[in-house]
Amino acid sequence: MGNVPSAVKHCLSYQQLLREHLWIGDSVAGALDPAQETSQLSGLPEYVKIVEVGPRDGLQNEKVIVPTDIKIEFINQLSQTGLSVIEVTSFVSSRWVPQMADHSEVMKGIHQYPGVRYPVLTPNLQGFHRAVAAGATEISVFGAASESFSKKNINCSIEESMQKFEEVVKSARHMNIPVRGYVSCALGCPYEGTITPQKVTEVSKRLYGMGCYEISLGDTIGVGTPGSMKRMLESVMKEIPPSALAVHCHDTYGQALANILTALQMGINVVDSAVSGLGGCPYAKGASGNVATEDLIYMLNGLGLNTGVNLYKVMEAGDFICKAVNKTTNSKVAQASFST
Amino acid sequence: MATMRNALPRRLVGLASLRAVSTSSLGTFPKRVKIVEVGARDGLQNEKNIVSTSTKIKLIDMLSEAGLPVIEATSFVSPKWVPQIAAGAKEVTVFVAASELFTKKNTNCSIEESLQRSDEILRAARAAGIPVRGYVSCVLGCPYEGKISPAKVAEVTKKIYSMGCYEISLGDTIGVGTPGIMKDMLSAVMHEVPVAALAVHCHDTYGQALANTLVALQMGVSVVDSSVAGLGGCPYAQGASGNLATEDLVYMLSGLGIHTGVNLQKLLEAGTFICQALNRKTSSKVAQATCKL
Repeated sequence: MGNVPSAVKHCLSYQQLLREHLWIGDSVAGALDPAQETSQLSGLPEYVKIVEVGPRDGLQNEKVIVPTDIKIEFINQLSQTGLSVIEVTSFVSSRWVPQMADHSEVMKGIHQYPGVRYPVLTPNLQGFHRAVAAGATEISVFGAASESFSKKNINCSIEESMQKFEEVVKSARHMNIPVRGYVSCALGCPYEGTITPQKVTEVSKRLYGMGCYEISLGDTIGVGTPGSMKRMLESVMKEIPPSALAVHCHDTYGQALANILTALQMGINVVDSAVSGLGGCPYAKGASGNVATEDLIYMLNGLGLNTGVNLYKVMEAGDFICKAVNKTTNSKVAQASFST
Repeated sequence: MATMRNALPRRLVGLASLRAVSTSSLGTFPKRVKIVEVGARDGLQNEKNIVSTSTKIKLIDMLSEAGLPVIEATSFVSPKWVPQIAAGAKEVTVFVAASELFTKKNTNCSIEESLQRSDEILRAARAAGIPVRGYVSCVLGCPYEGKISPAKVAEVTKKIYSMGCYEISLGDTIGVGTPGIMKDMLSAVMHEVPVAALAVHCHDTYGQALANTLVALQMGVSVVDSSVAGLGGCPYAQGASGNLATEDLVYMLSGLGIHTGVNLQKLLEAGTFICQALNRKTSSKVAQATCKL
């Protein structure tokens, strides 16, 4: 639109634009600039908790296996950004997920900052005990709303997986260890296609009933759109209070932020994301995976919502891991801000 | 100024038939959305590599085959010309900005002066019976001024609408906008101009385009500009992306049950074609997910 090139040289540098213009700068916890308009979209939560899954969901789905010391440094950097929850690793068999083979070393090696929680994935009792031995104080279990996906992914039916999780949750609660539940394929399955909201509700209710404090509803292959997100949440919210729900959107088809916005409009205030949009999609070669934490924060800051997270520090952590993994970032905010 | 030429005249669908049902309640959407495909103009113009005219024509043909009702296509014409009309254009576009500094740097005059020039073009076009589409740049932020007030956008939009533009496309030129700011801007503009005459043109520089477009739809906007394969970078942020990818937009609209008339498969083919010609990767996530590379 319009003639452009000669004007570029006189423009504010992008770093300057980001830093000096409040609507895209930091969001300091509890202290929004009074000159800034308050949340312009009505009905949105005031505070949004971001659950950073880059070190787990992200790195798990990257081709390159990242050395342990890099993972530790990465997580330590993330711990200083204001993020309050960082998913560290997964205590699954290294046969299935070689990227997470160093789970104990990573868990023991990170510096656990006060005010930050470090959940880990535990698929079964064995993994749970290893996690606790390595110093984990919070865990997650991973169910699916699709029978086929459950069979292919964790080699058992939904019912069998729920029974395994019951054991884990029981042990965890006995030790006062909080458990988060994940429901994969909440908006579609790579094998079954459409997944009914009712099925998602059924599985979520089961996990919540067992004692999971929060259920993260995952659009595993990113096929969801605002309409399907709305229908799914309407169903789940009949059984589970919105304060106990989170959304975990993949950006495989570019729909993640639109879907997240829809969830926020419905009262959800916990969102999973991965710095730099780490992690591809194992079901669509060449496709992207997680929504980028930077892009999510950018949107939340612009909406005037509080996150407690410093966008620049997250961008720096993103820059670090991308260089370490030798890949270009999937975050548009990072692409726009770091000159190539 | 640019001319809008539709490759196959019969594809210029009557605007009245595409005027969507306007709604003001959150959560309801228009039943139909008209997509204005800007890849062949805004897209190609901002690409580093140049393509031949025959490639451009092939692209436009493929986009047409995909069912896109409006395809912007032109080469840039110097503002000194009044000439699109003499050249037999079927439609004309005028550009203004909601930012004084942007207007000064871009066209070396004030907003007021650029409005006067637009007025002249509009008068000539109306005399010749040629429809005029208006563009307003920097509606959600300016690379020079930073924040842009919704009131300013409303003022400028109202002026070119009253001069006779049948439609005004509101452009987030540098993609800095977020959904709340989009809502505030549209609220102000919709006080002055009917929503049926409005379009949004979101850039995806910060990944916000689809979320911003979603909010615009929730407010009743039913015309959206986008670019196949997300063609066109951003001249203000080196390495950044530009336009919203048409494929990703169609994917969302289709998922919402909104009619666009576009065949996604054929659109993907057009995207693949032009990316090969430009020797670049697509910026469309849908294309990345579906093309097995």
